[in-house]
Amino acid sequence: MIRHVILRALSKLLIPLIMIFALYVQFHGDYGPGGGFQAGVIFGAAIILYTLMVGLEAAKRVFRPRVLEILVAFGLLLYGGVGVVAILEGGNFLDYGVLLHDPVHGQHLGILLVELGVGITVASVMATIFFLFAGRGRSDV
Amino acid sequence: MIDVVHIFLFTFLAVIAIAVIRLRDLFAAVMLMGIFSLLSASLFTVMDAVDVAFTEAAVGAGISTVLMLATLSLTSSKESMKYARPQPLALVAVVLTGAALMYATFVMPRYGDSTAPIHHHVADDYIERTHDDIGVPNMVTAILASYRGYDTWGETTVIFTACVGVMLLLGGGRTFYLWRHRDDDDDEDGAV
Repeated sequence: MIRHVILRALSKLLIPLIMIFALYVQFHGDYGPGGGFQAGVIFGAAIILYTLMVGLEAAKRVFRPRVLEILVAFGLLLYGGVGVVAILEGGNFLDYGVLLHDPVHGQHLGILLVELGVGITVASVMATIFFLFAGRGRSDV
Repeated sequence: MIDVVHIFLFTFLAVIAIAVIRLRDLFAAVMLMGIFSLLSASLFTVMDAVDVAFTEAAVGAGISTVLMLATLSLTSSKESMKYARPQPLALVAVVLTGAALMYATFVMPRYGDSTAPIHHHVADDYIERTHDDIGVPNMVTAILASYRGYDTWGETTVIFTACVGVMLLLGGGRTFYLWRHRDDDDDEDGAV
């Protein structure tokens, strides 16, 4: 918990911007530099900054470790799920062309979904690892 | 002009690397490694590899630095002097490896050579087909997520596995255990 006024005010201003930027990087990855991995890391950095500002216990009430654990697996399963759906639609594993009638649109949808899966996994992994590191060395862990 | 920028950045990288080796204060070393990553990111930007630069800036200069600082707060920020005495065998091994690597660079294509084999193995095919096959303007995303989707799936699995490993080592898996036994104890959320 940081009581320094300037740091608190600046963090409050920056955290929403960082999160919006992460979402921009996530969904604009098809058109500009970036993608799921970078977006996940930036979103994780926003969570870490929030944790540094309000303290570990308060941050864990917002980003519950239990939910983060589920999200870590969910992102990976979303990625794999797109691949399995492609098999069920009659294509190869991770062959997005068969997802929609138009192969190019199918590719767009597939890339969007797998990048989302990567982003969710990376963001929750970064937050989880930081929570575990920050919670180390306390009597209650 | 661009050569001047390259030489400038590479010189700074070398200076920082030497400084990191010589420092005994780990806190300063971690900070310098963050700067090292940021300079690497600049170098990648100059080389027009913006996606790589983005990753390097976010992971190398951002998250790694934070995680290393978190580790330092758990241990000591002074390097142990146990291995401070000279190690002649290690020096010989490093010099030999370095010499072998430098010798190998003599047969590599020149930097920026457009006829290098790496640019004509599958890259031509990707550049030709991406527009019609996938239709996204960022070719890097098209290759990573679609042509090489299987590799990216493997990379995501690596990140997942790393997280599971850290959880097992540092005790994060207790969350689920406590959640299942939440009826036994009321304040399990605070104890996680």
